[in-house]
Amino acid sequence: MTDDATLPPPLAELIEEFGSVGPKDRLQLLLELSEDLPDLPARYADHPEQLEQVHECQTPLFLAVEVTDGTVHLFFNAPKEAPTTRGFAGILHEGLNGQPAQAVLDVPDDTPFRFGLAEAVSPLRMRGMVAMLSRIKRQTRAGLAG
Amino acid sequence: MAYPTDPSAELATYAHPERLVTTGWLADQLAGDHPGLVVLESDEDVLLYDTGHIPGSFKIDWHTDLNDPVTRDFVDGAAFAKVMSERGIGRDTTVVIYGDKSNWWAAYALWVMTLFGHEDVRLLDGGRSAWMAEDREMTREVPTAQEADYPVIERDDAPIRAYKDDVLAHLGKSMVDVRSPGEFSGELLHMPDYPQEGSLRGGHIPGARSVPWSKAAREDGRFKSRADLEQLYQSEQHLAPEEDVVVYCRIGERSSHTWFVLTHLLGFGNVRNYDGSWTEWGNAVRVPVEQGGPSA
Repeated sequence: MTDDATLPPPLAELIEEFGSVGPKDRLQLLLELSEDLPDLPARYADHPEQLEQVHECQTPLFLAVEVTDGTVHLFFNAPKEAPTTRGFAGILHEGLNGQPAQAVLDVPDDTPFRFGLAEAVSPLRMRGMVAMLSRIKRQTRAGLAG
Repeated sequence: MAYPTDPSAELATYAHPERLVTTGWLADQLAGDHPGLVVLESDEDVLLYDTGHIPGSFKIDWHTDLNDPVTRDFVDGAAFAKVMSERGIGRDTTVVIYGDKSNWWAAYALWVMTLFGHEDVRLLDGGRSAWMAEDREMTREVPTAQEADYPVIERDDAPIRAYKDDVLAHLGKSMVDVRSPGEFSGELLHMPDYPQEGSLRGGHIPGARSVPWSKAAREDGRFKSRADLEQLYQSEQHLAPEEDVVVYCRIGERSSHTWFVLTHLLGFGNVRNYDGSWTEWGNAVRVPVEQGGPSA
C-alpha cells in the first residue's frame, strides 16, 4: 500500500470517505459522485471526436485531459444510463482535476481498488476505472511532452 | 401459476405467453394490491436501479447476487434462498423481471431462477426503456420487503445449462453463437488493453450459426413478433423446435436472451445455455475452433 501522503489530497480524502462507510453507503456515495460529474464544456460537447474512448468500460465513456501550466484538467462524457461508469469518472474528476501533472502521474495504478468498491460493485466492474486512470496518466504524460 | 397471466393480444401468439407481461398490465397490477407478485430489476449497471426504478421493485444484481464470489459458478441453494427471501419472494411467488439493454440481464436472472426451478418467473416486455418511454412512474424509494421463507433448493443445471464437456459432446448438432459478427469471425479477440477479460483464441465453436442476440429485439427493446422470430431462427437458420440446441456468447448473458426467445417465445423444448461461453472455450486447450464469417 502506498502512503496516502503521496496521493493528491482530494483523492486521499475520497478514499477515506469511502472507507469510513459500509458497502451500501459506498454505492450511495458513488451515485452522488455520478450526479456531480460536470457536463462537457461546449468545445468538447460540439467536438466529441476530440475525446478518447475508454473501451474497457461496459458503457461508452469518453475523456479528455488538458495540461495547462503544469495543472491537469479532466473532461468526461458518459450517459446517464451508466451511473457506475459516471461514478468512477466522478471519483477521478473530484480527486484529480486541478492537481499538478506530476501528482497525477504519481498516482499508483492500483488506486481504484482502494475505495472498497470491488465488493460493492464486483471486481469485474472495476476494470473500467483502472482503464480510465491509465488513460488519464497517458494523456497527462503526452500533454506534458507536447 | 397462481397469479393471472397477462391476456394482452400482442403476447398471445408466442408459445408461452404466460412468460411475458406488458407494461400496461404490470402498471395495472401495481396500482392495486398485488399479493403474490414481486417485481425485480436486473441491469448491467449496478447503480442504475438506484437512479430510479418501478415503484415497489427490488434490485437483483447478476454479479453480486447470482454469481458465486469465488468459484466461477452460480450461487448455491442457500445463497439463492437468501437472495429470494430478502426480496419477499417465496417459492410460489410470481416474479416479473425487467432491466436495461433490451432485458438482456433480466433474461439472465430469469434463466438463473429457472436453474433453481422457480416456476413462475416472467419478463416485462421491453424492459426498463419501454416503461420509461411511456412516462410511467419511477421512484428512488427502496421498498422494505416482508422477508419470505424461500426453501433451499438444489440447482438442477442439466436441462437448460451446458458445460464445456456437454458442448464437446454436442459438436455437429445445432448451436447458436449470439455474439457480434466480429467476435464470431475471430477478428475481435478481446477489448483493447484487456487481455484478462478476453480470450487467447478468437473465432467460434465449429458448426455454430451466427445470430446476434439483438436480432430478436425491436428498436424499442420489445421482442419481435412470433412470425418474425420464426423467420429468423426457423426459416433462415433451419433450427427446429424439437432439436437439441446450445446457445452461447461471451459469458452467457446475451445468450440467456436468445435462450428465452427460443424456449418461451418459439416453444423449443431443449435449449441449453453454455454460460462458460467464449471466455471458457476461447481459452481451453485443444478444443476445436473455427474462424471466418458464417457460411451462406
